[in-house]
Amino acid sequence: MTAVPKTAAAPTAINVPEDEALPPPQTPFRRFVSDFVESPLAVLGLIVFTIVLLIAVLAPYLSPQNPYDLMQLDIMNGKLPPGSQDMYGEMTFILGTDDQGRDLLSGIFYGLRISLFVGVASAFISLVIGAGVGLFAAYAGGRWDSFLMRIVDIQLSFPAILIALILLAVLGQGIDKIIVALVVTQWAYYARTVRGSALIERSKEYIEAAHCLGLGTKRIIFGHLLPNCMPPLIVVVTMRVAYAVMLEATLSFLGMGLPITEPSLGLLISNGFEYMLSGKYWISFFPGLALLITIVSINLVGDHMRDILNPRLQR
Amino acid sequence: MRKPLGILTVVAAVALMGSAQAADLTIGVKSEPNSMDPHYHNLSPNNMLAAAVFDKLVLQDEVQNKVPGLAESWEQLAPDAWQFNLRKDVTWHDGSPFTATDVEFTLGRAGNVPNSPSSFALYTKVIKGVEIVDDHTIILKTEGPFPLMVDYMSGVVIVSKKHGEGATTQDYNSGKAMVGTGPFKFAEWVPGDRIVYERNTDYWGSVPAWDKVIVKPISNESARTAALLAGDVDFIDFPATTDIPTLKKNSDVQISEIGSNRMIYLHIDSDRDESPFVADLEGNKMQKNPLKDARVRRAISLAINREAIAARVMEGLAVPAGQLMPPTVYATVPEIKPDPFDLEKAKELLQEAGWGDGFSLTIHGPNDRYVNDAKIAQAIAQMLTKAGIKTAVETMPKNVYFGKASALEFSLMLVGWASGSGEPSNPLRALLHTYDKEKGMGTTNRGRYSNPKMDNLVDTAMSAPTREEWAKLTQEATKVAMGDLGIIPIHYQVNVWAMRNGIDYKARADEYTLIQSIIPAM
Amino acid sequence: MLVFLIRRTSQSVLVLLIMSLLVFVGVYAIGNPVDILISPEADQAEIERVIQSLGLDRPIWEQYWIFLVHAVQGDLGNSFVYNQPALQLILERMPATLELAFAAIIISIVLGIPLGMIAGLRPDAWYSRMIMSVSILGFSLPTFWVGLMMIMVFAVMIGWLPASGRGDTVDLFGVPVSFLTWDGLQHLLLPAINLGLFKISLVIRLTRAGMRENLLMDYVKFAYAKGLSSSRVIFLHVLKNILVPIVTVVGLELGNVIAFAVVTESIFAWPGMGKLLIDSIGLLDRPIVVAYLLITVLMFIIINLVVDILYSVLDPRVRLGEMKS
Repeated sequence: MTAVPKTAAAPTAINVPEDEALPPPQTPFRRFVSDFVESPLAVLGLIVFTIVLLIAVLAPYLSPQNPYDLMQLDIMNGKLPPGSQDMYGEMTFILGTDDQGRDLLSGIFYGLRISLFVGVASAFISLVIGAGVGLFAAYAGGRWDSFLMRIVDIQLSFPAILIALILLAVLGQGIDKIIVALVVTQWAYYARTVRGSALIERSKEYIEAAHCLGLGTKRIIFGHLLPNCMPPLIVVVTMRVAYAVMLEATLSFLGMGLPITEPSLGLLISNGFEYMLSGKYWISFFPGLALLITIVSINLVGDHMRDILNPRLQR
Repeated sequence: MRKPLGILTVVAAVALMGSAQAADLTIGVKSEPNSMDPHYHNLSPNNMLAAAVFDKLVLQDEVQNKVPGLAESWEQLAPDAWQFNLRKDVTWHDGSPFTATDVEFTLGRAGNVPNSPSSFALYTKVIKGVEIVDDHTIILKTEGPFPLMVDYMSGVVIVSKKHGEGATTQDYNSGKAMVGTGPFKFAEWVPGDRIVYERNTDYWGSVPAWDKVIVKPISNESARTAALLAGDVDFIDFPATTDIPTLKKNSDVQISEIGSNRMIYLHIDSDRDESPFVADLEGNKMQKNPLKDARVRRAISLAINREAIAARVMEGLAVPAGQLMPPTVYATVPEIKPDPFDLEKAKELLQEAGWGDGFSLTIHGPNDRYVNDAKIAQAIAQMLTKAGIKTAVETMPKNVYFGKASALEFSLMLVGWASGSGEPSNPLRALLHTYDKEKGMGTTNRGRYSNPKMDNLVDTAMSAPTREEWAKLTQEATKVAMGDLGIIPIHYQVNVWAMRNGIDYKARADEYTLIQSIIPAM
Repeated sequence: MLVFLIRRTSQSVLVLLIMSLLVFVGVYAIGNPVDILISPEADQAEIERVIQSLGLDRPIWEQYWIFLVHAVQGDLGNSFVYNQPALQLILERMPATLELAFAAIIISIVLGIPLGMIAGLRPDAWYSRMIMSVSILGFSLPTFWVGLMMIMVFAVMIGWLPASGRGDTVDLFGVPVSFLTWDGLQHLLLPAINLGLFKISLVIRLTRAGMRENLLMDYVKFAYAKGLSSSRVIFLHVLKNILVPIVTVVGLELGNVIAFAVVTESIFAWPGMGKLLIDSIGLLDRPIVVAYLLITVLMFIIINLVVDILYSVLDPRVRLGEMKS
């Protein structure tokens, strides 16, 4: 985490927005990068996350087995502890196998792919929809605000799990369906957060100043309102990616979500959990560890980015 | 709530020696009843707890043999008339005597509870007339010959006319009408939390050892096991199969198990030419449905390694099945053995039927209904894929699954069946008889298997003049159905209960947790 | 203010109406409850009798209309499964859920705000980093997994706390509560922590972010310049300012906590309405599902309203007048 010297002259909201006040030689991106590398933890997080991402993308080439091909699985290989050999002595299961005889290392690689895709895709789509709606509502105000916020209210008044359950029951199983379900449950959350902070920002003097300067609506929204709504939004996004992955795992726990022959990390964990009491820890432990590492690395990066992007913490 | 084990045992032992002092018992069960009204919903969790407060004319022992209950004996006077001789020493919990009028009242009430989601008319509607000979003798008459009256009377609890007349389901829930003849008196029901019973010291059978029994519903199986290990409860039903080895190793806990009458089987679309989830290897729809061919069904059966499923997926808590009920049950066919695992033979049969190159298929199954249901479906998919039938798996919660299965949306489905009356003509009629809405036959025949020869045998059996003749015809019908593989039996579940030391339970084939059967260990 | 309230109320009615329609149709789309409720041995006549007695033989719009007419009179219909008024079934179980939810929220605030303030005051100290790392763990683990882990460790291995159930209750103003008995409190602890875990992390992060921002603001500098003690600045001025987003989020989260209690309740066998809901979805008991949602939505609308009002009290720049039109 970056040290923030107390003596730093923090540009407060009264000032003209910072991109116009910047010294010319440094682009915002360069400054962002140089700020980012100041925190070793965040860099570590980024490195780990990059590795995780690479594993997810390259899973088919890295995995010793295709865990989704039933031809390659045999229940007689089921529940073997880490380091065991398969029945024919042809292959070693480094992290052991699950109840279907699936190599857990391969299962985790493929599972990472699915979990990350589901989490990131659903968070991104919800962000775009939600932030758009929230900003518009806050900026337009009046009837539009009221109308959109009622929709958000309707949306938020459904418990996320229930919408997802009903949607998945109607839609059936599959990655695309679970993304749809997660987006439907999450966009309103972003909308409300953005609208809430935009409402505060909007009543601040710098927006009035921007109005007085005769800046266009678009420019005020995207150039000034949005950046100032970013800090809470980034906190929410980092938590929501994690949340999306977790919601997916919970849905799997309740029996909805992804097809059982193509498990995500969440499904691997919930499948393995019932073996915990009987001492077969690895079935649920290693996928859990992979999930943990992934989420923690995302959060380390997001956490630090928030510090940097926050205009009120800037030097 | 928690009590040291030693004290429990001692106290229990003292109670058994006839001392006035006895102990409380707390048990954790998987499912909570949705009503105390014993005739409201024909559903296992309701039926098994109703049996604590109310008795039936005929009881079922641990393996569903029919033994005397409120009726001490019975006799078939004519093919269409059954006489039941009632016990004379029975009183209701309020002290009033039990008589034949209570039975008559019950038979009128059981099938007619308003808004019942599944009524007991199933067992009572065959009765067309009731004749009370004296206070303790009653004759039940049916329209035509009916051989299964004893089996049917083991499904309906007898309620008191005095308290039941005009009583609503709500009156039973509140406890107002909960006056039975059973070993326990009803004390209170706090929905979602507990049901409390107190012992009936005037019971006509053996008086329970526990002063008070507290039944707690804990639906999550890991939590239920944890509650036992933590000492919150003394006894649980349905521990997870995966936890059984651990429980067996734990010296504070013991296990009671028995082969169940619940058969897990595959239902196969053997009727339509174009089945929704059958395709060629490229996934294109086909005009021909290989599952209509009995040889293909036999190949599927041979490709399934039942021993492996029982050992690996079920952790030993399953017995491979070859017919509708375990061969120890009356009127089954002991000669029929489960198909052995024979991959070569399976491939040969597929070749012979013209499907040597294989085809593709999706197996559907529930994921919250039977023990390890989703895992069994996956294991079967592995095995069929190795035999050349490329099989995908789709599992879903039971609330989605059964609706779709009944709407014939699947081609191959994993299902289970347990006969409530404990006799094999019941699955023959429901699962294998040609679908006939009007006659109420083949109502759960989701594969629409149809063989007129078998239909005829079943129909004749149901109007057989005696139980022996019925049994013979039922056996013939079973042979025909299993020869065709109208359904493919996989295994019978093994029912398990786990308890703290010092307690005993006689495991039951019908999966019921009967609190009167939980006794202090000797 | 009055205009604002009236407007809000009429909008809320509309919300309830739309919501009930969506859920009604949604549950209808999942499947037919009779398929699950009825004994598999039942014949066609019996099946038809049940369909008719539950009113499922009518077209869906007619079923909805009947529901509406009754709902206006305060009758949300009888449960298919229990044959009791759905409202009554839910209200019976509501105190348990509310108790759990409030316990979780209180735990998250009591632990979260001080920890977040510590982490925000000295962001570089080792203990601040530790707080933040642990808070990351807090929302990186699935609730159901943590819950079962807690049972494993605290109930089974160490044996400190009971594994499940609600324990002894006493009546407080006619409502049974657990937190006033020792046994009940022991039963409450694990599920409340389990449910509150995610929220603790959330509150820590919000508090810390707020602290860090506010400490750099001019008013803090002015306050210090005026010679106010640092504890006075932090606890009076800064805390008041950071409470705004915390109140919003925690308020909004209360509804979510109640909804998420579904998972915690089924793991800890807590006899609340969340467990009833999950069971009812499983059995397609539509009257309960619809009634549950209507009640939750109603609570949510009230919470939102209260949050908006609090918002205007805590941050005068946001005026209710702005929201009224």
